[in-house]
Amino acid sequence: MKGMSLIVKKVAQLIAGLIFLYGIYIMVHGHLTPGGGFAGGALIAGSYILAILAYGSDTIKLKKEETGTSLTESISIFIALMLAVAGFFIGTKVFFNNYLPSGKIGELISAGVIPLYNIFIGIEVAAALITIFLALIIYKEEIEE
Amino acid sequence: MNSLIPLFVIIPLATAFLIPIIGKITNYFAKTITPIILLALSILSISFLFYGKHESYIIGGWQPVENIPIAIYLVLDGFSCLVLCITSLIGFLVSFYSISYIKKYTSENNFYALFCLMIAGMNGVVLSGDIFNLFVFLEISVIASYALVAFGVGKNELEASFKYQVLGNIASFLILFSIALLYWQTKTLNIADISKVLQNYDNSIFLTFTQIILITGFGLKAAIIPFHAWLPDAHSSAPSPISAMLSGVLIKAVGVYVLVRLFFNMFVFTYEIGVLVAVLGTLSMIVGSLLAINQWDIKRLLAYSSISQIGYIMIGFGIGMMILTKGGEASIAVLAIAGSLFHMVNHSVFKGLLFLGAGAIEFRTNTRDMSQLGGLSENMPITSTTSLGASMSISGIPPFNGFFSKLIIIIAAIQGKFYLLALLAVIVSIITLAYFLKFQKSVFYGKNKNYKNIKEVPFAMSFSMIILVILCIGLSVLAIPSIREVILDQAVSSLINMDHYINLVIQY
Repeated sequence: MKGMSLIVKKVAQLIAGLIFLYGIYIMVHGHLTPGGGFAGGALIAGSYILAILAYGSDTIKLKKEETGTSLTESISIFIALMLAVAGFFIGTKVFFNNYLPSGKIGELISAGVIPLYNIFIGIEVAAALITIFLALIIYKEEIEE
Repeated sequence: MNSLIPLFVIIPLATAFLIPIIGKITNYFAKTITPIILLALSILSISFLFYGKHESYIIGGWQPVENIPIAIYLVLDGFSCLVLCITSLIGFLVSFYSISYIKKYTSENNFYALFCLMIAGMNGVVLSGDIFNLFVFLEISVIASYALVAFGVGKNELEASFKYQVLGNIASFLILFSIALLYWQTKTLNIADISKVLQNYDNSIFLTFTQIILITGFGLKAAIIPFHAWLPDAHSSAPSPISAMLSGVLIKAVGVYVLVRLFFNMFVFTYEIGVLVAVLGTLSMIVGSLLAINQWDIKRLLAYSSISQIGYIMIGFGIGMMILTKGGEASIAVLAIAGSLFHMVNHSVFKGLLFLGAGAIEFRTNTRDMSQLGGLSENMPITSTTSLGASMSISGIPPFNGFFSKLIIIIAAIQGKFYLLALLAVIVSIITLAYFLKFQKSVFYGKNKNYKNIKEVPFAMSFSMIILVILCIGLSVLAIPSIREVILDQAVSSLINMDHYINLVIQY
């Protein structure tokens, strides 16, 4: 897949970073504002997909990137599960127990483990969406060959 | 609260996530860890079954507020424990069988990861005491199964998987719709809480509407006859261990189990619903067996026979419902429901075995066409003997377990004065015998035309089949009243005593 014109490349370059930052914002404020892990992760994946579409897939090694994203996906969802399992060993000893101090309502660092779940689910969703996108490109290029 | 119930979901889920990570380093991880965890889970579930452990588990430790449960509940009672045993045990044998079988496909790691995901979803469905989480776990298990059906990525596999996805999504939509309707009317999603609300509820039109939608949705998942179109394709195109899992466990865990659980423990069922369940069951029993006779593809024949056997299970529950609502003798209803549960256990054992046997034949000969095969009993003695056992069992020949479960259902039908149902059950049993004799004759006996130099399957495959055929004979002991009381009657009593289930969740 080839890249697009210079104008598109420049605009994508300017915007992709902002989208990425906005995705992180949505993700870490999941317990305070609407949105959360899934929405933030989708935005982060969007910024990567925008960059790949603008610059073309020839500039990256597709197979290697796909291995990386699928590995990231598995590791982050596993960590999210382990955060839930940690509740077995701490505090009232139940699955999904919120064992961290809950803090003050409205502050960024509050609500115990919930922001951590949001962050890891965000990483998982971002990695999964990029993996799907890369798999589709790989499939298309294999058909064209 | 040191309970082990959530392990049934956590362990397969964690394994499913670990396999893609560690599988990058070594190929042996996936195929060793999957049978090990499933063996551990089956030991755990069997011990639960014998200790009669009934309890509920509050996820996150959110205690009820003013007796209204707000947390997600996991509920373990006799019925769910029985289904957990089936899932784990058949899952263990199937995953052990796959060690040899799956070598002919690439990407073994994906296979085992999806397999664990499917098990986690089914265990979640069985344990969940919350109707929305039940839906989430149901989607986890069926989406994993869509991918597994298409695992061969050939033309037929993809077509079957697509058909399965379309019909499965219609079913999921109907189920979600009815959950939304229930939430709208009762303002709660907890099964026990809904049932408490529905006991003092008199909008019968709304209830009937929801019940019909639910029956359609879960009927599609359980492949009862008017909704069966996806099953023969999906179950025959999947890799054989997955066919065994789909036919043996999945249609029961996400179809029959949920249907029965919701109707016995959540709704106050009426006589009409009982009639509907019995009629649908009879229809699947007869039409499934008639469609199976003319099949020449081994796995299609087995798939149609699954529809027919699901019919037997539904008939037992239908008879139980009809007798209970008419105020007849409770002992006959208990007998009918126990017979159904017994047949459910038996069906997963012998249908699993038959699909594994079909997989063994396909593994060595690369064909599923019965007209091409013949005389394999000399070349493959273990496959031949085990699948003979399973065929005898499914058609109801005395020392095997299938005979006793069908007998119990038929006795209950006669005692409850449903003579026509009893007669039809006997006739369908004879038709079943006919098409399994055809299967035996054209595959294992007769003249060996094309496949003279084939060998018996490897150890891992034959081991699973031998264990299953031993179970086929061994499970007959469940028919002995004193053993039945320990295992089956606990499940039945947790179904027909509505308060039992509610008390597990809501402690007054």
